[in-house]
Amino acid sequence: MFKNFFPNKVLSLNNNLISSLLILMILVFILGLIYALFISPPDYIQGDVVRIMYVHVPASFIAVGCFGFIGIFSILNLIFKIKFLPLISKSLAPVGCIFSLVSIVTGSLWGKPTWGIWWVWDARLTSTGILLLFYLAYICSWQFINNFEKANKVSSVIGIIGLFNLPIIRYSVEWWNTLHQSSSITLTSAPTIHYTMIVPLIIMLLGMIIYSLIIFLMGYKTEIMKFKLDKKKSRNN
Amino acid sequence: MLSKKVKSRIIFLVFLVLSATLVIFFILRSLEENVVYFFSPSEIYSKPNISFNEKIRIGGLVKEDSISKDQTSIKFIITDLKKEIIVSYTGLIPNLFSEGKGVIAEGELKDKKYFVADKILAKHDENYIPPEVSKALENSNY
Repeated sequence: MFKNFFPNKVLSLNNNLISSLLILMILVFILGLIYALFISPPDYIQGDVVRIMYVHVPASFIAVGCFGFIGIFSILNLIFKIKFLPLISKSLAPVGCIFSLVSIVTGSLWGKPTWGIWWVWDARLTSTGILLLFYLAYICSWQFINNFEKANKVSSVIGIIGLFNLPIIRYSVEWWNTLHQSSSITLTSAPTIHYTMIVPLIIMLLGMIIYSLIIFLMGYKTEIMKFKLDKKKSRNN
Repeated sequence: MLSKKVKSRIIFLVFLVLSATLVIFFILRSLEENVVYFFSPSEIYSKPNISFNEKIRIGGLVKEDSISKDQTSIKFIITDLKKEIIVSYTGLIPNLFSEGKGVIAEGELKDKKYFVADKILAKHDENYIPPEVSKALENSNY
């Protein structure tokens, strides 16, 4: 499976894959949105505000997940110096960055009517804000350092340090008193969300994962082409 | 199998990660007081160097049948089912504020049992339930 991410394989991917993913994504989103907005019930105290969760939770999952990949690839990259790993991380970063922003914005839209406040500096919200900063730092290191080798090193170090933030985000609601509620879906115990609300949540998550995959594949393809072009140029000089 | 260069990089990284873990662990431990967003009534009672007349947040559940309102102000009891603190507050209350639900009050402690709030936040728990199911749950309790 890993072989499929080798540069030549990805370059030869025809656009059919991306367009079929696109169609699949649209179908999943239509189904998910109908379920989330019309079929699923309102919450017994939050009312219809609960529907924000169907965007907020998947976005947070993807934001954390993307950085997990970036962090692990950064470690492998620093050790084994595999040329295409930084290109993968580099194309994952904008996806995760956007989703962490979506998570924060939808979270505060939910927070105002529920908690009575847009933003508080509790552990969960602050660590999510830090995740966004790590994404920005990671993207900036590629953007503003012109030398590839140098940018590769700096960004990898940022990726590895940022990796430590992920368990803090995940467990912040258990380690400390926070305004943010604790996780409703865990690996160890039964979910505390009614199944009529879990179904649209999972469909929306699936749709957003497909969306991320599309954006990632497009970005990754472009990065590979840019990399090969730069190599050619430096050889010609 | 691994070349010497790769091995030395692995050792360096493991060392880096371990030391970073330690550093972050100690930073978080020393920040504990600041990372905690609110104190429960029990924590207030057992806190040795408690600060009165200083901004602080307390949180817990709104005790059943403890809310008393007049025109502009409200009084209620925050409980963690062990200890209780009386809170008085003047101002707007979030919609989700209700008896038996989570709440966080920001304000000043006057003494260990009395708290004057200048901000009230409703805390939502991790349970998401449709209204019919919650009614059925309630009925089965009685």
